[in-house]
Amino acid sequence: MAKTLLDKVWEAHTVKELPSGQTQLFIGLHLVHEVTSPQAFQMLRELGLPVLFPDRTVATVDHIIPTHTAARPFDDEQAETMMSEIERNCREFGITLYDRATGHQGIVHVIGPEMGITQPGLTIACGDSHTSTHGAFGAIAFGIGTSQVRDVLASQCLAIEKPRIRRVEVNGALPPGVYAKDVILHIIRTLGVKGGVGYAYEYAGTTFERMTMEERMTVCNMSIEGGARCGYVNPDQTTFDYLRGRAQAPQGADFERAVAWWKGMASDAGAHYDAVTRIDATQLTPVVTWGINPGQAIGVGERIPSTSEFAVDERDVVEEAYAYMDWAPGAPIAGTKIDVAFIGSCTNGRISDLREAARVAKLGKVKASVKAIVVPGSQDVARQAEAEGLPDVFRAAGFEWRLPGCSMCLAMNPDKLSGRQICASSSNRNFKGRQGSPSGRTLLMSPAMVAAAAIEGAVTDVRDLLGRA
Amino acid sequence: MSVLVKITHVAGRPIPLRGNDIDTDRIIPARYLKAVTFDGLGAAAFYDERYDAKGDLKGHIMDDPRFQAKGTRVAVVNKNFGCGSSREHAPQALLRWGIKALVGESFADIFFGNCVALGMPCVTAGEVEIGQLMAAVEAEPSQDLVVDVDALTATYGALTVKVSLPAGIRKQFLDGTWDATRVLLDAAADIRATAGRLPYVKRFSA
Ligand code: SF4
Repeated sequence: MAKTLLDKVWEAHTVKELPSGQTQLFIGLHLVHEVTSPQAFQMLRELGLPVLFPDRTVATVDHIIPTHTAARPFDDEQAETMMSEIERNCREFGITLYDRATGHQGIVHVIGPEMGITQPGLTIACGDSHTSTHGAFGAIAFGIGTSQVRDVLASQCLAIEKPRIRRVEVNGALPPGVYAKDVILHIIRTLGVKGGVGYAYEYAGTTFERMTMEERMTVCNMSIEGGARCGYVNPDQTTFDYLRGRAQAPQGADFERAVAWWKGMASDAGAHYDAVTRIDATQLTPVVTWGINPGQAIGVGERIPSTSEFAVDERDVVEEAYAYMDWAPGAPIAGTKIDVAFIGSCTNGRISDLREAARVAKLGKVKASVKAIVVPGSQDVARQAEAEGLPDVFRAAGFEWRLPGCSMCLAMNPDKLSGRQICASSSNRNFKGRQGSPSGRTLLMSPAMVAAAAIEGAVTDVRDLLGRA
Repeated sequence: MSVLVKITHVAGRPIPLRGNDIDTDRIIPARYLKAVTFDGLGAAAFYDERYDAKGDLKGHIMDDPRFQAKGTRVAVVNKNFGCGSSREHAPQALLRWGIKALVGESFADIFFGNCVALGMPCVTAGEVEIGQLMAAVEAEPSQDLVVDVDALTATYGALTVKVSLPAGIRKQFLDGTWDATRVLLDAAADIRATAGRLPYVKRFSA
């Protein structure tokens, strides 16, 4: 019988069926960061258990780390405590920690792929909902809570139900100025923020086939914003070419054996899908969120929709969004003044994102009223960017160039919005208060669109700017 | 290791938390995640919805004098509750505030799984039934809302609605096996065998 990648990965990792009807699933790679792990390690200590597969566990620090200085101890005592705690836990339990001293620190969903740790056919878990990012490689990757982090540390397994599967097929070439970020924002807008609950998304079609690995990561990253705990792209030559030669990928003859296995994990033609959605990429435009969840999004040329355009049970959230964001329905989103521009995060903090943003940054200067920051996703991304001279491009245009971390994506470090500031952000969540101010406002968009907004001081169609160049 | 705790039902004063797509950033803002324990999270549950910039109460239902019962609480919620960030701090905050079960139209996947791991049943019912429950508890909050995991009902006074819970999860609560660590470790030999079959565990060496 024809099978999907989800079927194959699930079967290969099934330890047993549990009496509850759930699967005991082996986790091929467990990624750990400082925010969702300390309680799990403490529980392990209390249970007197070791980490069962320390060599299948990898840790880094990203959420709380300051991006303006590398000096230790951190000014923020709580952040310093969390940092010391993960250092202690990794030492005690024998886990590799990619901290700044290693030169490979970064956002957990950036460093796994770039070091070649993330590979096709794996099950990957992390106490972080954007673990779905790793699905770009044809892995089944999903976020878990801290008690489940404890379970994976102790047993390298999870008790979990297999999701259903929806094939999201996007075909056609993306128009200039339209990016992977716009594709996923459009998908979430189409299927809704609850559309993926209980599902894995398989992203298929020529648009994804043409995408680079970094673009695929941007798409898979935001699967969870559509409610899907995981999303993946089938592994292909693009995947294998990306992995070849990476430090932790198999080498030499081992790599060829790996490719054979990886190829075998891809979905078979004629496999069954519980649902299918088709989208035409050639019709897409740059997308901007206007509301308080990532599904509340419109094309940059559109107007804030009115309540009547929504299903009855969505209208309360729409009203809540107008009130919080201070919108009048019918107003254009283009021209909305911004106070802050943030380029970075596990969605769009990779080298190709920075290159696209820099291409736009070369076209002007950041408006005096705007604070604009660029935060590379990892130390490796930062080094590559430096080799290409990107920090100078950004600085010359008036952007601050920072050290790697999650930064203003969730503002657990000193990078925060204040008051009711509006931020054009390349991150993934526009929830109320997400960027550190309980009344701060977030407009999600592609990194190129953020750079354009920084220059114009307002939401603007990046295609106009690029067209004028 | 931990003892088995069977959960057949949860009874407690109701707290209605109205709204669709209530994300975990709202349930517990990120700044409260800067700690190495879950202690004290109860007081910060829904902080930015409950307090203004000066720290004064904004009149959230959790602070409504009518909803100040002590002891176990049962929340009534709408659609896609707990979406967004995987932070277990969200159910931990609710649990520490007293909420030991939730009845709603639907729950986000990761939040639901986190609640299972904490022994907090999240049962679902249709929009109409949740509407009735919500109206009943908002009108008169002084009785216990009883979530019966065995019979799959939620009862408030004279109102009883049928609720759903995936069969496997229901069994875990009834058997007391919802705390998965021990169950998973019981299969130690099978875990090794599975790892042995996966070529990447040996880094694809011949
Ligand atoms: S960049 Fe943002 S979404 Fe990504 S892991 Fe960090 S905090 Fe989470």
